[in-house]
Parts: sequence; structure tokens; C-alpha cells
Amino acid sequence: MLETIWFLLWGVLWAVYFVLDGFDLGIGTLMPFLAKNEFEKRAMYNAGGPFWDGNEVWLIAAGGVTFAAFPQAYATLFSGMYSALMLLLFALILRGVSFEFRGKVENDTWKSIWDGCQVAGSFLPALLLGVAFANIFKGLPINEAHVNTGGLFDLLNPYGLLGGVLFVAMFCLHGALWLSIRATGELKNRAMATAAKLWPVVLVLVLAFLAYSFVETKLFGNYLKNPHLFLILVAAVAGLVMSRVYLAQGQVWKAWGGSAVFIACVALFGVVGLFPALLISSLNPAWSLTIHNAASSQLTLKIMLGVALVFVPLVICYQLWSLMTFSKPIEVESDLEY
Amino acid sequence: MDVLMLSRLQFAAATMFHFLFVPLTLGISVLIACMETAYARTGKDVYKRMAKFWGKLFLINFTLGVVTGITLEFQFGTNWSRYSAYVGDIFGSLLAIEATAAFFLESTFIGVWHFGWDKLSPRAHAISAWLVAGAGNLSAVWILIANGFMQNPMGYELRNGRAELTDFVAIITNPWAWNQFVHVVSASFCVSTFFIMGISAWHLLRKQNEEFFLKSFKLALYVGMASTAIVVAQGHLHGNLVAQLQPAKLAAMESHWETRTNAPMYLLQIPDEKGEKNLVEALPVPSLLSILAFNDPNAEVKGLKDFPASDRPPVTITFLAFRVMVGIGTLMPLLMLFGLWKREALTSYPLYLKAMVWAMPLPYLGMQAGWTVTEVGRQPWIVYGLMRTTDAVSPIAASQAGVSLVAMVLLYTLLGAAGAYLMVTFARKGPVDA
Repeated sequence: MLETIWFLLWGVLWAVYFVLDGFDLGIGTLMPFLAKNEFEKRAMYNAGGPFWDGNEVWLIAAGGVTFAAFPQAYATLFSGMYSALMLLLFALILRGVSFEFRGKVENDTWKSIWDGCQVAGSFLPALLLGVAFANIFKGLPINEAHVNTGGLFDLLNPYGLLGGVLFVAMFCLHGALWLSIRATGELKNRAMATAAKLWPVVLVLVLAFLAYSFVETKLFGNYLKNPHLFLILVAAVAGLVMSRVYLAQGQVWKAWGGSAVFIACVALFGVVGLFPALLISSLNPAWSLTIHNAASSQLTLKIMLGVALVFVPLVICYQLWSLMTFSKPIEVESDLEY
Repeated sequence: MDVLMLSRLQFAAATMFHFLFVPLTLGISVLIACMETAYARTGKDVYKRMAKFWGKLFLINFTLGVVTGITLEFQFGTNWSRYSAYVGDIFGSLLAIEATAAFFLESTFIGVWHFGWDKLSPRAHAISAWLVAGAGNLSAVWILIANGFMQNPMGYELRNGRAELTDFVAIITNPWAWNQFVHVVSASFCVSTFFIMGISAWHLLRKQNEEFFLKSFKLALYVGMASTAIVVAQGHLHGNLVAQLQPAKLAAMESHWETRTNAPMYLLQIPDEKGEKNLVEALPVPSLLSILAFNDPNAEVKGLKDFPASDRPPVTITFLAFRVMVGIGTLMPLLMLFGLWKREALTSYPLYLKAMVWAMPLPYLGMQAGWTVTEVGRQPWIVYGLMRTTDAVSPIAASQAGVSLVAMVLLYTLLGAAGAYLMVTFARKGPVDA
């Protein structure tokens, strides 16, 4: 029972991470296409500026919870995706630093170096997270000793790459919508137009991903056994549709909310499909890491559940407060910190 | 080099680089919160300018600390997967608690603090500064509880082929962890106060913004005096704990080979690890090692030769690092005391101010040396007495660990250089009008 609760929490933490860091990674990826001058560039840095750090902690929390609740899965996953994970971390390091460092020196070369870090450091994580999770959905070549025998290039299979492209597109849409909330004038118009253009791309990609998942993975097994679960997919579609409808009406907050629901449900779709496995072995189903053979002791799960029940709602409250407080439109120079 | 050595080097590089930034964050965040509280209470502009000036340096430092910390959380999985699987039940949960209970708070409110100067009242802004400072130090508690388990494992039982949690209270009340916490936090305040005093002294020597930098200098001086006193006094207690719980580490710290009572301490000593002796042993202080270790001149101190060679830590590194730490620990209070003595006439002692500029790196070095003693001295164990480092490393290819090590060192060097450049630039620029 505890294992099942933790499995769900594990999925939820990753989903929240994608929703939150998704928008600032998306904004970073879109920067070269949307910002036409220095003020607009700075506005894009500042749109996610107050939040990127808090958002990224969800990655730490998701990683930490994997470690705490399913240590064997943590050990297998992160040593097994060594190169991809290192790339992800280095990219996130460069991106994080670019926020703080870019504006501190009035020199065009200095600024363009950090702009490059911001863009690459946003695009690569989005891509790698998608590739990694698609491969998790598909299964990894995990052997009897719980070691992933595949390398970096085994991750770059067509299904994995489609997952990567889907994540980049989802995050870009999500980021364009957040930028629509915070930007003003020309930049806001451009952000909204970009979101409108990205929307059909995301729709096609997600449909393709679902269809490909049906062929390539066993994710739908749980859904066919328990059709109620299809509600997750219904919610995903509803969220995506909502984002388009509200965008057309200029209600950008609601459009962003729709996109948030969509991203969360896409992640949950895969995670629920995996249950009760966290990491499926593509070599032999018996070698998969499941909530039964990868979980921590009952005592640890119990204590950690207490910790999560107290602190996660608290975190959500103060992060929501911060999102509301610092989401006012950026109009003039004095609204900028970075 | 094999995966083990590469992974050890990589972890050393990642933690040591991370720990260039953490101590300043821990200490200066509290000092900035104090400045802001003074501003909220008195409304005096100088306090706001102080918070803003030191805050700018703090933010540059903080960002590097955060991004390098993220790597660490995942490195246990990438390079130490067998360790992670073996003790994840305990160690993993402590890291997860750190993230949920402390790191979220710190990272969310650093954004609030950074962007909130005009949006929040001085009072609310001061509160967000306190939340950042408090959460940062709370993070340290959990990380050191996790490290405490590696140093002095307790509250577990070996079941199902791994260490499983049996007593959570024992783990969070581990005396090692709390000793380490006091030691690390007081040392962090040394780093922070020397940082503030060094930069202030630089400006005072140039007679720029004298009121501003005298105020900063004195605040750091009082806090720094207290922290150096604590770090030294508590360091002694910490030594007692090492003597009791990790006798091999203690012996390596002093390059002490033969078990004996009334063990002396040699002021000049050169270890010969291969020959299992010291090449030079000069200027002995009779019974000092026995006193330092057990508060008793007649106490017996076990020598390295009484431990099988396979259970001994690397002696030379541990010994040298300990000497560096103790040397700096002796120098710091002297510098503080002089400042305290001449506190009303600081600007009349340019030589002292100059010394304080050059003293800025000292506590940093002491901190790095201290961690080297702690971690290298714990070898060959990753969890003392429970798991050997050789059994902990991931089954990955040496090339993977090698490439990532080189990439990490390159990346960190560039970031460190850029960060240092910014710090120096803004430190020299001095305060701007708030």
C-alpha cells in the first residue's frame, strides 16, 4: 500500500517538475526566436527570473524521492543513464548561472556567451528529459544485476527522440503562454502568436506519441485493464484544448493553466502505464524494478510520507503565492532585475 | 586510472567546488538578514545599502552554490550506485527531507528576496531574508545528518542485503552530526566575516565610503570573534569524538604510528607512509596528543601500526590537511582579537587592514582542509565500518567517469573564474545609493 502511494507521489513530483520548470525552459529555448532587442531579451530572462531556482528544486525533490523511496531504481536509473544525466546537469548549471551573470557586465560578447548558455541550457534539458522518459516508458536493457546495459546512443532510438521533440514542443508552448502573461506590447503579441503556431505542432506530436506508445510500449496494458484510467488522457486532451480556446480569447492565465494540466497528464499517462514497475527491463520482465523489489523499508516509507504530507502542500502554497506576487506584466526597465 | 579513483576525484572536485560557495551563503545570509532587520526597525538608509551591496555579492555566490549542489544530489546515483542501493533507505531519505523541508524554502524565497525590493515592505523583505538564511542553515542540518551517518552509522539494521532504517531518532540525534553542524556553521561564519572584513578593509585603505565599511567591518568583527572562538573550542570537542569513534582517522591526522600513553605532539613532523614512520619528529610537546584526544595526559592513543594496512586512511593527505586547518584555526582568532582591541581606531592601522584583505582566503582554505580531513580520513570506508568505498562505486565504464570528470573540471573552472571576476568587480565598485 505504502509502495503504491509512493509510486504515485513519485509520478506527481516529476509531473509538477515538468509543469514548473517546463515554462522557464521553454522561454529559454524560444529566446532567439522571440526577443528582438535587448529590453525584450531581458524581459524574457525576467519572466521566469524569480522562479527558475524554486522550480528546479522539484527536480531535486523528484530525484531525492526516487533515492529515498526506491533506492534501487535511483541507483540503476542514474548510473545507467550516466552520460545523458551529466549532460542534463551541465546544461542546467550553465542555464542557472546565465540568469545571474549575463546582465552584470556591459559587454556584448559577455552577454551573447550567456545567451548561448541560456538557450542551449534550456533546450538540451527539455530534449533530454523527453528522451529519458520515453525510454523509461519503453523499457531499458536492465540485466539481472539491475544494471542498465545500454549507453547514450541506445537512448536515441526513434521513440525516444519523438519523446524528446514532444517535450521541447510542450515546454515551448508552455513557455510562450507564460511569456504572454508577463510580457507587454510587441513581445506579448509575438508570444501569443507563437503559442498559437506551436499548438497544432504539439497536438500532432502528442497524438503521434500516443500512437507510437501503443505500438512500441506496454503502457496501455493498465488502461485496457482499467478503462477509468483513460480519464488521464481525457484530462490531457481537455487541458490542451482549453489552452487553445483561452488563448484565442486572450485569457492567458487560463490558457497557461490548460497547458499545465496537459503537461502533468502526459507525464502521469506514462507513469500510470508503468505501474507497478518504475523501470521496465526490456531484456526480461522478471528483471524489472518494481515497487516490490526496489522500494525502501516500510519505516522509511512511513516517515517520508509524513514529511511529504506536511511539507509538499506547504511548498505548493508558498510557491503559488510567489507565482502570483511576481507575475505582474513587465512594462518598463525598472521591472527588470536580471 | 580505474572507475573508483576517477569517481573519487570527481566527487572530491564536485564537493570541494560546491563548498567554496556554501559557507559564504550560510553565514552572509544571516548577516544580511540582520542588516535588513536593522533597516526595517530604524529606517536608516545605510542598512539598506549594506544589505544591497553585500546581497549582490551573496547572489553571485548563491547561484554557483545552487547549481553545483544539484550535481551532487545526482552523483550518488551516477557514480556510487551500489552505495545508493545499499544505504538509500537511510541516506536517500535524509537528502529527500533536505530538499522538501529546506531547499524549496531557500530557493523560492531567494527569488522573492531578489525581486521583492520594491514589491514588498521592508519588514516583509527582511522576513524573506530570514527565510533564506534559516532555510540554508536548515539544509546544512540535514546534509550533515546524512554525512553523520557515513561517519558514525547508527539506527540501522542489516536486512535484505542492505542497511535498513530502524531508529530514525537515533539518526537525527547522531552526536557526530550535531558536532559537525556546529563546526561547519561556525566555520562558515568565519568565512563570511573574513569576507566582509577583507572587502571592507580594502575600501577603508582607500578611504572610500568609510562610514559604510566601518559599520560592515565592525558587525563582521563581533560576529567573527564569536565564530572563531566557537570553531576552535568546538573543534577540540570534535577531536575528542574522532578519537573515540574513528581512532584510525585520529592517528592519521597526527601521523601517529606507535600506540602509546602520554603521546606527544610534534610541531615539526614529516610522515613517511611507506616506511610506516615519520622522517622527522622535532619539537615535541609532551603528552599533548593524549590531552587533545582524551583530555588526559596519561591516555593511550592508538597508533596506525595497530590497524591493518587495509583499514588505514591515506596518512600524508590527512596529516597535512589537519595541520593546515589547525594552523588557520590558530591564526584566525589572533587576527580577530587584534581587530577587537583596536576597534575604535581601525583606520590608523593600515597594516592590519592590509593583512585582513590578504586573510580572506584563509577560512576558505581551512574549510577545504577540514573537509579533506573528514572525508579522506574516513577512508577506506564510505560508511565507517559498514561499507568500503571500493564496494560502493557504480558498474560504469572508466571512460564515462573520466570524460565527465574532465568536463566537470573544465566547466567549474570557467564558472569559478567568471564568478570570481564578477565578485571582484562588484566588491571593488562599492555600494551604490539605494
